[in-house]
Amino acid sequence: MDLISEEKLNRMTSMEKIRLILDKVKTGRIVVLESGLTPEEEVRLIEMTMTEIRVDEFSGIEIESYPAKRESSFVGRLLGRNSSKGRMTVIGPANQLRTVEKDQYQISTKVSVGD
Amino acid sequence: MGVFKSLRMNLGFWLSRIFGKKRARIGIYGPPNAGKTTLANRIVKDWSGDGAIGTVSPVPHETRRAVRKEGLVINANGASIHLDIVDTPGMATKIDFREFMAYGMSEEEAKKRAKEATEGVIEAIKWLDDLDGVLLVMDSTEDPYTQVNVTVIGNMEARNLPLLIVANKIDLPNAAPSRIKAAFPQHPVVQISALEGNNLDELYNAIALHFG
Repeated sequence: MDLISEEKLNRMTSMEKIRLILDKVKTGRIVVLESGLTPEEEVRLIEMTMTEIRVDEFSGIEIESYPAKRESSFVGRLLGRNSSKGRMTVIGPANQLRTVEKDQYQISTKVSVGD
Repeated sequence: MGVFKSLRMNLGFWLSRIFGKKRARIGIYGPPNAGKTTLANRIVKDWSGDGAIGTVSPVPHETRRAVRKEGLVINANGASIHLDIVDTPGMATKIDFREFMAYGMSEEEAKKRAKEATEGVIEAIKWLDDLDGVLLVMDSTEDPYTQVNVTVIGNMEARNLPLLIVANKIDLPNAAPSRIKAAFPQHPVVQISALEGNNLDELYNAIALHFG
């Protein structure tokens, strides 16, 4: 399992984050992001995941996070976009990480080893 | 998305609001088997009289290509709203062909469906850039805290676009739409059964209110 700090994530571009996550998850690692991803990055991660699914090799990811915190600025309102701050996120291979329970305050997951 | 494109889109949104343009392109989103196509068929039948725009099936990822129905006119809430609706493939973070084999498909058929389903998810994501709002369909019998729901809601909030949550399948005995309301209290929730046609007037009033 890899826990990736907010400082490291802040130094990376969106594409670098997505590539890092997928490279790790495809080798069977569970990734915990201290500050998570923005909603735009999450949707791009799902998109990239779909392009990399291979029969008997990689069936996708399990990703769990809390809803992003919205931060609205004057410029953001002018552009019609709110900036969002991601929150702690756990991502793993779909065949190894399973969400048992999730609510507003807690995520419970089960990790299978050697599947 | 570029700053100028974003600015142009937002300016267009406000101009259409000011000058009363009432035509919106609404995407129907949600996880597989939430009832998106059943709802799309129901809306099309109610407001155009046309037949189904998609087939429904208990096998997940039955819809693997987005289907757009143009020029629907919904009269509700004392207003008339012109809509294009886009029935999108189910969003998912994982697709395993073995899941389809459990429904009796051959391995070859299941692999083909899985490949098409991955393409469908990408298509659904691409459509997010071309919409004025989203109907997010959730199965009231399922846990609402799925990542697909969280991600779609986050993206609509980031784009500042209207979102209406549709708590579907309230006709089923184990439906608990109150869990959906509790999970996403910042967004309007309408409880319906697209299959049985329950509460659709309330849905159309909400569509006119939020997308008109």
